[in-house]
Amino acid sequence: MNISVTINGTTCERDVEPRKLLIHFVRDDLDLTGSHIGCDTGNCGACSMIVNGQLVKSCMMLAVQADEAAIETVEGLSDDDELTKLQQAFKDNHALQCGYCTPGMLMSATALLRANPHPTEDEIRKGLQGNICRCTGYWNIFEAVKAAAE
Amino acid sequence: MSSTTTVTPEKTAEEQATWSGQSVPRKEDRRLLQGQGVFVDDVKRHGMGFVHFVRSPYAHAHIAAIDVSKAEAHPAVYGTLTGEEVAALTDPFFQIASVPGANVKDYALAVGKVRYVGEPIVAVVAETREAARDASELVEVEYEPLDAVTDARHAQDDGVPTIHEDAGGNLMWHGVYEWGDLDAAFNEADRVLTIDELHFHRFNSTPLECDGALVEYNRGTGQWTLYTNNQFPGFAAIMMGPAMRCGLDKLRFVTQDIGGGFGNKITSHPQLVACCLLARKLRRPIQWTEWRTDFHLSMSHGNERWFRETEVAVKNDGTLLGFRTKALDDAGAYLRYEPLGGVIWAQVTPGMYRWQNIRVDFTQVATNKAPVSPNRGYSRMQHLWFTERVIDIVAHELDLDPVEVRKRNYIKAEEMPYTTPNGCVYDSGDYAQMLDIALALIGDVGPRRADAEARGKLIGVGIGSTLDSGTNNFGQSRLINPELQFSGNNEVATVKLDIFGEIVVTLGTTPQGQGHETTAAQVVADILKCSVDDVHVRAGHDSYWNSHAGFSGTYASQFAVTGLSAVKGATEMLRDEIFKLAGAVFGGVPPEALELADGGIRIKDNPEAFLPFMACGAIINANNAGLPEDLGVTLNCRYVYRPPFQVPDVEKKYGNLTLTYAAQVHVAVIEVDPETGYYDIVDYAAVDDCGKRINPQIVEGQVMGATAQALGAAVHEVFEYDEDGNLLTPNFYDYHVPHALDMPPLKTGFVESPSPFTPLGTKGMGEGGGAGIHAVCAAVQDATGAIVTDSHNPYQRVWHLLQERP
Repeated sequence: MNISVTINGTTCERDVEPRKLLIHFVRDDLDLTGSHIGCDTGNCGACSMIVNGQLVKSCMMLAVQADEAAIETVEGLSDDDELTKLQQAFKDNHALQCGYCTPGMLMSATALLRANPHPTEDEIRKGLQGNICRCTGYWNIFEAVKAAAE
Repeated sequence: MSSTTTVTPEKTAEEQATWSGQSVPRKEDRRLLQGQGVFVDDVKRHGMGFVHFVRSPYAHAHIAAIDVSKAEAHPAVYGTLTGEEVAALTDPFFQIASVPGANVKDYALAVGKVRYVGEPIVAVVAETREAARDASELVEVEYEPLDAVTDARHAQDDGVPTIHEDAGGNLMWHGVYEWGDLDAAFNEADRVLTIDELHFHRFNSTPLECDGALVEYNRGTGQWTLYTNNQFPGFAAIMMGPAMRCGLDKLRFVTQDIGGGFGNKITSHPQLVACCLLARKLRRPIQWTEWRTDFHLSMSHGNERWFRETEVAVKNDGTLLGFRTKALDDAGAYLRYEPLGGVIWAQVTPGMYRWQNIRVDFTQVATNKAPVSPNRGYSRMQHLWFTERVIDIVAHELDLDPVEVRKRNYIKAEEMPYTTPNGCVYDSGDYAQMLDIALALIGDVGPRRADAEARGKLIGVGIGSTLDSGTNNFGQSRLINPELQFSGNNEVATVKLDIFGEIVVTLGTTPQGQGHETTAAQVVADILKCSVDDVHVRAGHDSYWNSHAGFSGTYASQFAVTGLSAVKGATEMLRDEIFKLAGAVFGGVPPEALELADGGIRIKDNPEAFLPFMACGAIINANNAGLPEDLGVTLNCRYVYRPPFQVPDVEKKYGNLTLTYAAQVHVAVIEVDPETGYYDIVDYAAVDDCGKRINPQIVEGQVMGATAQALGAAVHEVFEYDEDGNLLTPNFYDYHVPHALDMPPLKTGFVESPSPFTPLGTKGMGEGGGAGIHAVCAAVQDATGAIVTDSHNPYQRVWHLLQERP
């Protein structure tokens, strides 16, 4: 099927198999490899993207379902020279180690802060509960999101 | 919620001015935060084929027939590989074990028989991931199922099926370790406590990125290039080369970013061999990315271990005299790194205690489960859990305070360096001080207990104290198999000054989030008196770089010793060469009259005579006419760090098995609902001592991450099998790893006891989280009043323990 998506502001048209997952479409067909795959079952959130303003796990969505959608991925957060306040807060608070979960974590936190610019720690935990990190124990991630919200 | 307490020795004025010891922001972070990291699945090549492994649905079966013809006829399929082809093209992997484990025949794909659910049987390569998976369904395998061996305790019973006929039974390795005088210890004892059985469960660290590779074959040179997230390429190479009948120069390993390893990415060599054979056979790059369920089914489970018939000799005041136990290790279906688990534990034989008389009768058997391999805290975690359980059971039985039993028996600060009964040398540390700090961080539990009890809840407090032994002496492998010719350890770094003055560092390591680019730059900047921003550390590993040795990789708590000592050595060589060059350029000025400053070198008494690094690099690399013939300066320095080890005494099983001993003391406070067994960790303190901390923030990150993994393992995570050998937790639905809502409040504390044995005073660290498992077990025992005998305490087990209450 032919689909058209606008990803990080750029419109792309591609012919895709109807069964192709959005994450595989973005990584393999559009060559945006910042979003990752960690579980294949919607548990880990490494593939989190914002689709038409909604946070989604892109391994739980078909590429064809994203036809005509506006998609935001980690690559769209900042340009080469500048980090967003959230990205800088992750760096300052050592909120990443291997960095594999980080793109999804950033997208979840971005969606959280858009909906709730000043979340409590409990709201931060709830906002990130769909994203698994195996390196940090999350504590520094909570601190980073708090710092970005200040 | 987290807070930190730090106890550090007084710093001198000179130390204050160093990069080392500062929480320098990580060099790695920008690319990872912007989605510009390069992980293995990000590597693409024109015309690459995606591989999918057909896996066994049976735990134990003969393979009667395999038919790949329908799969090969699939229009998107490039080709297949079967076990039969693998057996013709390769030799079985080298076995670390002595007989009988030495006789196991292990290939890249199953040959003749399957031995665990999920074992790869056929590899199918197709144009897309989806097509490869579809076509795998078309492979027809005819099985003759056999009974499965799923309980290691019965693996050697009469009538139990043999998993590896070549080994003549399910025993893989057996050895008896005995030090001191057991009879005397038991004669002297006031009490002998017996513990029938303790069980350490099967789990691993489940890195979020699964294993993978992109493998290319260069037909002209006969060389394979493996872009892979294998975390110990040196080990993979020595496994793969002989099996593939090629020299190690034919295997080039490349990584950039790795999405977590934790030891679990050491033993991917069978799949890598399959990819190599396919790249050659199908004449195209082969892409392999493991699916999550594949990882859970087949990759590197942690060692499941029982301690049986344990006897502990103890005085009435809680003084520990000795113990004997029978350790039984479940290796799973193949010995991929095993039976090294049968000796690695001996690095920490007495735990943190002054036990002098110890006997461990160690047996490792095969079962029809996934092969075990290193997992964060490899083999020491199991043993240290045992020693901690013994302490708390002794305290319980003698009605003593677990704090007092620990303090009575901890090795004391003034006894350091301390030689253990088996010849290991604990380098430094003050365990009692660490315990005091941890308890102070928790504070008075009384008010919390009163509040909980008023609500009908139970409070439990537990301590876990562990060692993180780092920098292996690979000579310990000879205690497993005296024929092996491994010993010592090494790591390599190169540091060079390039033509425009760039300081370029290459490492042999394969970091997975430990921040090697940053900490290496800190060490270099201190020596060359420049900024960390001026130091360019190449990301990842490439065996084309000549910056690796036989033990290169990132595993077993050693970078801060092996990696950074190599960096230090190479940088000091470079520094000396810069002095030599400048001396010549300035017309024969001796080194003592020169000093490094501001990104260059100058004459102390005449600072205007200044040679920037750019000029040094340019002179040597591009403007070198007229330099003295005997100058001996290349500005490209390679240093191999070799720790000071001897080969252990194989007969006495005696010697120093690791160079450094970082320590951890954790305290957990849990609140239990006595009706259901549900519990929350309501307070938690983790105190760590890893000697000199090059980057405290990175160290604390490791402590936090290891703690989180331990808490997940203590409460939730388990690779559980049914009696037919089916894995019941093959994905993140059933295998619950901690998420944001699971995390307790955390308080961290640090003590710095520099190692006297390492060039920078550092100790390897990162694996000390096992303390969390011990602490939770002890807290559960404290809350329920029932002896805890399992390392895994989900709510239903706690409910059962509550039913045992008097």
